Amino acid sequence: MNTDYLELTGLTVSFDGFVAVDGVNLSVLKGDLRFLIGPNGAGKTTLIDAVSGLVQATGRAEFAGKDLLGLKVHRIARLGVGRTFQTATVFEELTVLQNLDIAAGAGRSPWTLLRKRSGVPAAVEEAMETVGLTALADTQAGILAHGQKQWLEIGMLLVQDARLLMLDEPVAGMSAEEKDETGRLLQRICADRTVVVVEHDMDFMRSFAKSVTVLHAGKVLSEGSVAEVQADPKVQEVYLGPGHHTAEEAAIVLGEGA
Amino acid sequence: MTSIFRSRYAVGIGFLVAAVLLFAVAPAVLTTFRLGLLGKYLCYAMVAVGIGLAWGRGGMLTLGQGVFFGIGAYLMAMHLKLADAGPGAVPDFMALISSEGVPWWWEPFRSGTVTIIAILVLPTLLAVLLGQATFRRKVRGAYFAILSQALAAAFAILLIGNPVATGGSTGLNNFKGFFGFSLRDPANRQMLYFIAAAALLVMVLVARQLMVSRFGELLVACRDGEERVRFLGYDPATVKTVAFAVAAMMAGVGGALFVPIVGIISPNDVGVVPSIGLLIGVAIGGRTTLAGPVLGAIAVAWAETSLSEQFPSGWTYVQGLMFMLVVAFLPGGLASLVKWRRTAKADPPPPPAAEKDLTPEPAGGAQA
Repeated sequence: MNTDYLELTGLTVSFDGFVAVDGVNLSVLKGDLRFLIGPNGAGKTTLIDAVSGLVQATGRAEFAGKDLLGLKVHRIARLGVGRTFQTATVFEELTVLQNLDIAAGAGRSPWTLLRKRSGVPAAVEEAMETVGLTALADTQAGILAHGQKQWLEIGMLLVQDARLLMLDEPVAGMSAEEKDETGRLLQRICADRTVVVVEHDMDFMRSFAKSVTVLHAGKVLSEGSVAEVQADPKVQEVYLGPGHHTAEEAAIVLGEGA
Repeated sequence: MTSIFRSRYAVGIGFLVAAVLLFAVAPAVLTTFRLGLLGKYLCYAMVAVGIGLAWGRGGMLTLGQGVFFGIGAYLMAMHLKLADAGPGAVPDFMALISSEGVPWWWEPFRSGTVTIIAILVLPTLLAVLLGQATFRRKVRGAYFAILSQALAAAFAILLIGNPVATGGSTGLNNFKGFFGFSLRDPANRQMLYFIAAAALLVMVLVARQLMVSRFGELLVACRDGEERVRFLGYDPATVKTVAFAVAAMMAGVGGALFVPIVGIISPNDVGVVPSIGLLIGVAIGGRTTLAGPVLGAIAVAWAETSLSEQFPSGWTYVQGLMFMLVVAFLPGGLASLVKWRRTAKADPPPPPAAEKDLTPEPAGGAQA
């Protein structure tokens, strides 16, 4: 499906006069692994809040040819848009299997809902395999390690059949191994999906991003490959302050290649 | 959740034991009077099953179940009064205070069939309307509790304010028959007890099915992470409304059976205080479990009767104290003690999972 892409046109979010997202134009194609970076308050999270229906916005936010703005959260979710939050929000009292099963079932009939689950749905099985939680199927989600909770959340998006995944700081608080694991997971799942990741972790971004958009003060500051963005003087200025910077200085903050 | 699978047979056995106790032991050892009292407690327990579902599983702290209980009860009482009076005649209390005759909206309830349908449908319908109006606007937690309590208060005031139609603060009483059976006959009173026991068992089965079904999992998910559920493509308002409506229907049936068993229904049985009273048994028994609300409601009602026989004014204090103790020290109710023992026995090295089990969602408690 070539229409499976996210297209934002003049997306604007303002809170009582404060403009958090200011006329953002953005296209993310299927198969892309787009990182949204930018200093605190740049409007990264607000942007995905707007696309997922959590906050009101003006402009256009199209996914697969449908305008998402103005729709209710659960309607947007049913159009194949899934997201995670900065803090992992899984259903702690339920098991891994139950969490995934709920995520898989938004289209279930009342009759199915009123019966007990018999067996494990194929999509759930597959997602558990993909995120590596099969062995923990019957574990309460509340006692999972931090990283495992994030993977469970990504698994929930997979069984939900989200074709646009928006992840808000998925590796925050993870160990180095967990980060690598997560990055490889994202690379696996982005092949036939559109994936947008909000992230502060520059190392993680450099290792796994296919493309990057830098936001600053609600506007798109720069866009391109990791190397292009790192070489952009405007980006260096935002991250390092005004003035000329040596390549060494830039490299410290933005990493090798700047 | 493994405990559910482990207790698969325990539930079946528990259910059988309950059935034997209710249908064989209780009628054999209790006097007609005591059996009638037990029947009354069973009616409270029906409301409790619903509260367990709505509050324990769905996180909706409903302080107004008296409204649904009252609607069921008054519908039944109206029918019994009309049936006692005979075809086309005016019930005794109405004839005493008014010469207007029977209000138009009483008339349909001369028919037993209409009454039974109304008992099942009206409380449920009201709950659906209320649920849609509140849950869609994301009213929850303490706000929902206050709203439901205000409703109970308003309902009682409405009843007291219309003495001609509802018997005012005296309520409706002095029923002579129940669908053609004399209520003076002990055999018929025993039959009523059996109906109540059967109704309660059916409700427990319904609640059990809802708890273990996918709907039950979804309901818990809505309780613990309503926003997250929304991002998965569900409308939590619908899920919660269904649970609330089932709870209302259970309360309505409980109220309807309460009337012939106890012989009176008045605003004192349906207002704010009795609504909270219904909740206390659920909290003490353990709101998230299947048996907790039932046993808690029966135990609290039984304690109320026996204590107030000896210390008429002391009960309120005891009730308040019990409630505070349970909420402060045992938020999962007495059922969590049982669970605790079971997990301690089954898993000698208690994993963190067991620890978690002991303190059922403090978040829910905070919401309350």
